[in-house]
Amino acid sequence: MISVTGREMSLGQWVLRGLRLDSVLLVLLSILLLLGLAVLFSASGESLVVIERQLMRIGLGVAAMLLIAQVSLHTLRAVSPWLFVAGVILLLLVMWIGDVGKGAQRWLDLGFMRFQPSEIMKLAVPMMVAWYLSQRHGRPRFRDLLVAAVLIMIPVYLIMQQPDLGTSMLVGAAGFLVIFLAGLGWRWFVGLGLAAAAAIPILWSQMLDYQRQRVLTLFNPESDPLGAGYHIIQSKIAIGSGGLYGKGWLNGTQSQLEFLPERSTDFIFAVYAEEFGFIGVALLLLLYFAIVARGLWIAALAQDRYARLLGGSISLTFAVYMVVNIGMVTGLLPVVGVPLPLVSYGGTSLVTLMVAFGILMSIASQKRLVNR
Amino acid sequence: MAERDAYGEEEEDRERFVLRILLALVVLAAILLALGWRLSGLQVGAHSHFTTLSESNRLRVEPIAPTRGVIRDRNGVLLAGNRASYQLEITVEQAGDLEALLARLRGYVELSEADVERFRRGVRQRRPFQPVLLKAGLDDSTVARIAVSRHELPGVEIEARPLRYYPLGSEFSHAVGYVGRINQQDLQRVDARAYAGSSHIGKSGIERYYEELLHGRPGYRQVEVNAQGRVLRELSVTPPQPGTDLILTLDANLQHAAYRALDGKDGAIVAVDPNNGEILALVSAPGFDPEAFVHGISQADFAAVRDNTRRPLFNRALSGQYPPGSTVKPLVALAGLEEEVTTAEREMFARGYYQLPGHERRFRDWRREGHGRVDMSRAIAVSSDVYFYDLAHTMGIDRMVPILGAFGLGQRVGIDSTGERAGILPSRDWKRATHGEAWFPGETLITAIGQGYMLTTPLQMADFTATLATRGQRYQPHLLRAMDNGSGELEYPLPVAREPVVAAPKHWETIHDSLVEAVHARHGTAWGSVGSTRPEYTIAGKTGTSQVFSLGEDEEYDEEQLARRLWDHALFVGYAPAEAPRIAVAVLVEHGGSGGRVAAPVARKVMDAFLLDAASMALEAAEDE
Repeated sequence: MISVTGREMSLGQWVLRGLRLDSVLLVLLSILLLLGLAVLFSASGESLVVIERQLMRIGLGVAAMLLIAQVSLHTLRAVSPWLFVAGVILLLLVMWIGDVGKGAQRWLDLGFMRFQPSEIMKLAVPMMVAWYLSQRHGRPRFRDLLVAAVLIMIPVYLIMQQPDLGTSMLVGAAGFLVIFLAGLGWRWFVGLGLAAAAAIPILWSQMLDYQRQRVLTLFNPESDPLGAGYHIIQSKIAIGSGGLYGKGWLNGTQSQLEFLPERSTDFIFAVYAEEFGFIGVALLLLLYFAIVARGLWIAALAQDRYARLLGGSISLTFAVYMVVNIGMVTGLLPVVGVPLPLVSYGGTSLVTLMVAFGILMSIASQKRLVNR
Repeated sequence: MAERDAYGEEEEDRERFVLRILLALVVLAAILLALGWRLSGLQVGAHSHFTTLSESNRLRVEPIAPTRGVIRDRNGVLLAGNRASYQLEITVEQAGDLEALLARLRGYVELSEADVERFRRGVRQRRPFQPVLLKAGLDDSTVARIAVSRHELPGVEIEARPLRYYPLGSEFSHAVGYVGRINQQDLQRVDARAYAGSSHIGKSGIERYYEELLHGRPGYRQVEVNAQGRVLRELSVTPPQPGTDLILTLDANLQHAAYRALDGKDGAIVAVDPNNGEILALVSAPGFDPEAFVHGISQADFAAVRDNTRRPLFNRALSGQYPPGSTVKPLVALAGLEEEVTTAEREMFARGYYQLPGHERRFRDWRREGHGRVDMSRAIAVSSDVYFYDLAHTMGIDRMVPILGAFGLGQRVGIDSTGERAGILPSRDWKRATHGEAWFPGETLITAIGQGYMLTTPLQMADFTATLATRGQRYQPHLLRAMDNGSGELEYPLPVAREPVVAAPKHWETIHDSLVEAVHARHGTAWGSVGSTRPEYTIAGKTGTSQVFSLGEDEEYDEEQLARRLWDHALFVGYAPAEAPRIAVAVLVEHGGSGGRVAAPVARKVMDAFLLDAASMALEAAEDE
């Protein structure tokens, strides 16, 4: 046991400990956020308005992270099922009375602000599954898996109906990562993989035309050069023309001449790759890897199963976001509308991620007190 | 002991977790390496390829709008076509000082505030180097003047683009509908990408209902542009796929005759072929000029059309809901026969009014002195209200509603156009649901003569008349006869049969005979205006006069005393030739007065045009072969 006294700590340590923050994670996140602002400045055509708005969101996100970091794990665990139930109710509400934005029902209008309940689910689902599995003892059994899978599929189905394929897959991934981390037997995982493969035709039949088009475009971007294909073609030109060293900050012609669509949001990685080259890309991938690894380290030292599972799922989901976004921008995955985490312009995703890191911080500050 | 177990279990759990984490990290590292590999392929391997693409700059994809399908009537007469229209467009990137340019342009062409406002909106929403429309429909001299001065007008281009036109204008405005400029709401309901190069979209009627067919699929051309955005060369072109041409069931001659038969009065006419549901004429008068919407109607003009008290934009044939009046009596009579409440032969003495047992209130007949002894046939022919009050009272509303419903009252017909309404078929349940009140016996009586809560559209009236003509066979009324997608083969959708109205043949016979009697017997309500003129064929029909204004028990209806807007609606439904019906017609003349006097002759003119017109007959004959 470490004895905590004021004399043994520097002022910085004292502040961090007092605010229950993990210094390594904090530094890594700060670098990523600052880098993101720099890229956004370039991608937005050097717009100070955009930077100002993004700064406000970052401020909101950091505040949320600080706040959540103070919440005890005990409280988080206790609210998990309630948050999940509230989220499902909100999703149903969206179905009935939701605002139609961009042709899909995702938003709930609260009068003073609009928000997407599906965003809550990105956290509520892993919290719920972690809560459920932490109530059980020993290695999870088939029945536990089944219950957990049903818990995951309810919000996934509802979000898919909105229709928001990208978010529903991310929510599903967050939930299934918890099951994976809980130590589900290998055979089950193989079975699950096969079941997922079998579900693809069903998923396909459930998809709307524009969603199918995006998947088809992936295999042949030239078939739809006006729409999603245009995105991918232009994005690849931007990335490829960046070369090893990049064209330099604020000098990416593809992005500055507005050939690249959605360059501030989903396709911001292409701007980065054009301006900073392969070296910059490699460093960015390393930075992401470091954040994920630190998150998993925190999870490994967590005090109980709930914290472990939740922390692990949050870290790995973050990795999934990043991989899906970069895969999509480089033309390896269909264009599903997943932002580059903590870099893309846009509010809700950023705030949700910062809340998630707040949870990780909380887990970090409440490590196992007994060290074997 | 138990504690140690829990501790051991916890340790085991944690170890398992750490193993999984390590596995996840390995997988993640592998994925990142794969991403890195992909990126190095793009950025290092294919770097020069992409640099060329990026520098020679820049590939741009420009949409090519498909040609909209044309709309023709059943005989090939053009109802909606496309013709070239010159429009002024500006490429903002090349224009320099936009305000100065606009000021200079005002010297060549008149720019309305709406034009400029739309232009500014377009400027904000455009893609880079995409020309934005400033003014459409330029005349030749303006085009010439601008062309000569092009060097003074950087970024200004004159484009000839196909624009919709409607050769037959307002007579078809409600049947065919119109296209207008695409706005934000339109983009919500279609795939915005398919409309990247299009300026117009179907806003109402056939133009809207068959938008997807008519529009076609856009093509695109890949072009290379220089740094200023000028097109240097075309790399590849995928031609657009033109929209499908539609051939409607409408007969332009008949539609024209029907419109003229209304003789400037407000109203609606629907004519349908009872044997297959083809709509032969669909008139709502007054119409409007559909081309005004194509060019972009000005606020003031739109306000004038919208606020016109005759409501030219209102499609009376599909959206207008009117009490069907006495035209519903044949259906009520059939219900009485089928429910065995009465027989065709049973006679009653029809006085000038009817009283419910134990009630004071007098339900008056339209004819003050009554009709004397009537059986069912005569009751329909003379349109005795009292006979139907009595029948309705005996039958009750609950037995009446199902048959009226089987004829389609209270439900949308489901025609392939926009704006159709369902009307109202009142019942106990309906009244409880909408008014929260119980059904009163008196309401049964007025429902039987098509008054009270009951509302129908002219389309529904034509539809049930067609059902009477075929003795219960019901075909889905429709406007699309065939599609021509350019393959040389016309595609004919099959007529869709709906649930028939089942009744005993002799009951159908009774109704049919009474409808002939209403037109061709001296005592029939349509005798004076139609039967007495000895038409060349037999007509089965029913007049109706539907009240807009309710009279007190003792008041007299006097046209001269009443404002025109309170006059009764004049109605007539009928089919001909009675023995082998080829056309069923419903006529509504808003505030026209008496159905027999006003609406029946209109229907007669429509039938004449269809059955006697030589051209029509020749075509029918050719079709039969």
